[in-house]
Amino acid sequence: MRQLRSVLAFLRSIEGLPIAGVLAVMYLVFLLTAPTVFSRYPIYKSFFETVPAMLICALGLTFVVTAGEMDLSFPAVVAFAGFVFAWCFKNIDSPWAPWLGFVLALGAGGLIGYINGILVARIGVPSIMATLAGQFFWYGMTILLAGGLQMDIRAIRGTPIHNIFAGELFDTIPTQAIWAALLAIFLWFILNRHRFGEAITFIGDNANVARVMGINVERTRVRLFVMNGMIAAFAGLLLTMNMNVFFPTQGQGYLLQTMAAVFIGGTSIAGGHGVIVGSFFGAYIIGSLEAGVVASRISGYWVQLVQGMVMAAVVVLNIVIEERSIAKLSSRIRHWTVSSRNSHAGPGAEPGEVFSK
Amino acid sequence: MVDSPAAQYALRMVNIEKYFGLVCALRNINMEVGKNEIIGLIGDNGAGKSTMVKILTGVFRPTSGELYIAGRRVDFRTYDVQHAHKYGIETVYQDKSLGEKQALWRNFFIGRQITNRFGFIDVRREKEIANEIMVNTIGFRGRGITVDSKVNKLSGGERQGVAIGRAMHFEAELIILDEPTVALSLKEVNKVINFVHGIKAGGKACIYISHSIGDVYEVSDRFVVLDRGEIVGNLTKKDVPTVKDLDDYLLEYSHGLKDKVD
Repeated sequence: MRQLRSVLAFLRSIEGLPIAGVLAVMYLVFLLTAPTVFSRYPIYKSFFETVPAMLICALGLTFVVTAGEMDLSFPAVVAFAGFVFAWCFKNIDSPWAPWLGFVLALGAGGLIGYINGILVARIGVPSIMATLAGQFFWYGMTILLAGGLQMDIRAIRGTPIHNIFAGELFDTIPTQAIWAALLAIFLWFILNRHRFGEAITFIGDNANVARVMGINVERTRVRLFVMNGMIAAFAGLLLTMNMNVFFPTQGQGYLLQTMAAVFIGGTSIAGGHGVIVGSFFGAYIIGSLEAGVVASRISGYWVQLVQGMVMAAVVVLNIVIEERSIAKLSSRIRHWTVSSRNSHAGPGAEPGEVFSK
Repeated sequence: MVDSPAAQYALRMVNIEKYFGLVCALRNINMEVGKNEIIGLIGDNGAGKSTMVKILTGVFRPTSGELYIAGRRVDFRTYDVQHAHKYGIETVYQDKSLGEKQALWRNFFIGRQITNRFGFIDVRREKEIANEIMVNTIGFRGRGITVDSKVNKLSGGERQGVAIGRAMHFEAELIILDEPTVALSLKEVNKVINFVHGIKAGGKACIYISHSIGDVYEVSDRFVVLDRGEIVGNLTKKDVPTVKDLDDYLLEYSHGLKDKVD
């Protein structure tokens, strides 16, 4: 039993393992239900193209949720950043235009985040309200500036910036998947190994503790929203370059998917605990469910139902796998085995005793 | 500015006042804490104890007044929690000293992490030191608590032990204990009392705030009574030779006040 417990403890110590397991099981199921599709590379390649933008939004949102806040404005940032980039590409006649657009788009995302941060941290507007207003405002701004029209930027194909951010490595792996993975690794270190991430986590855990322990709570919150704005802008850039077209409603539909990815990844909705690896795999689960269900030749009407089931199942799994529940579970197993082997279980065999700390 | 006659004090407050809007929370606070003195700060709810603590620790800025730490005048424009830590003032709060969902080692270093110049935390070093504090200063042995344990797995007394151990590790000159025993069992209260004796034996100063007159009396050298934002009593142990004397004094005071109000 001790071995079982230590194995469980070891598994628990690997961040995001359960959610990665769910993803693997899901692909195995699809491999059985849709073998012709899921036994070949193209479907995975298409996931590597379509998931990264949403995945990157989920990485940013993980920080926001960990800090005990919410950001509903990031889909609008995805659109606005795409507009800034496309506008620069179309209207500035220089080989550097897309790079300028890239930098300006990131800056615009940071600025939108800064406004969110000021509203939330300095003025004291609840973040869900401030960013809800932000979402309407910046979608409105995007539609207004774009005149409600989409912008075709097909001419960007073959340029260096397109090869870097929407190309293919060795003609097989879409580069945006690589960017998303690199960003996930980088942000993992920021959240788990950097002063900023630790401040975010403590603020989400208890802002008063963070304050009396010397964390500048307001400044950290502003920085958090700036960071999330820039991350969402980066997602918007990847999306726009991948589609080769900007359209003013892009990013709509990301909101709930992204939130689902973050929450099934195990990040605490109450704040104070963020799981980057979970959000990473969570985004791939959310992003591949629909295609998998459709490819399994189940009627399209089933898609949302299956999505809901998977989300609920994963969240329940996360709770069960949490330390305390595991302890209960394994103590119960221990109790069963001990009482079946030896009815005179001594005081040392009391299941509660082993785990009471 | 150097305030030489006060250099014998760990801390000295001169005419500190604090208003929240029009509400006066502290008025005319003049108080000093000797370099190896344990002050018992007594006062009812709303007397201004917490406000005072927060000014001393850099969480609030006073409306007016001066603060000297080890003889040096504090510049309130830049004074914050980090500065207070640097000057050797550490605080243990009743319940808001630790992040509950976080590992112990993170709690030891929050606000002053050991980082490289890019701000990345040296996890190994922090864990080593945290472990050393736990074994040597706090005396956690066995019990299955490691530096990786989450705080919410600890009992109230163990939590206060961590917070006090943290304060002692960072070589505080003055430790402020703000109601450290409220949520504790009697046995655990004794541990906290022992920590305070340890502070005295270690030559450091302490401001001990508690509702329990018995605890305050046992550990303190001097008592400061705060009421409605003002210091209304300043007694040494000679003035009140037993805990009953202190109790009587406080009762008398509150009756006197009551008579005045009537």
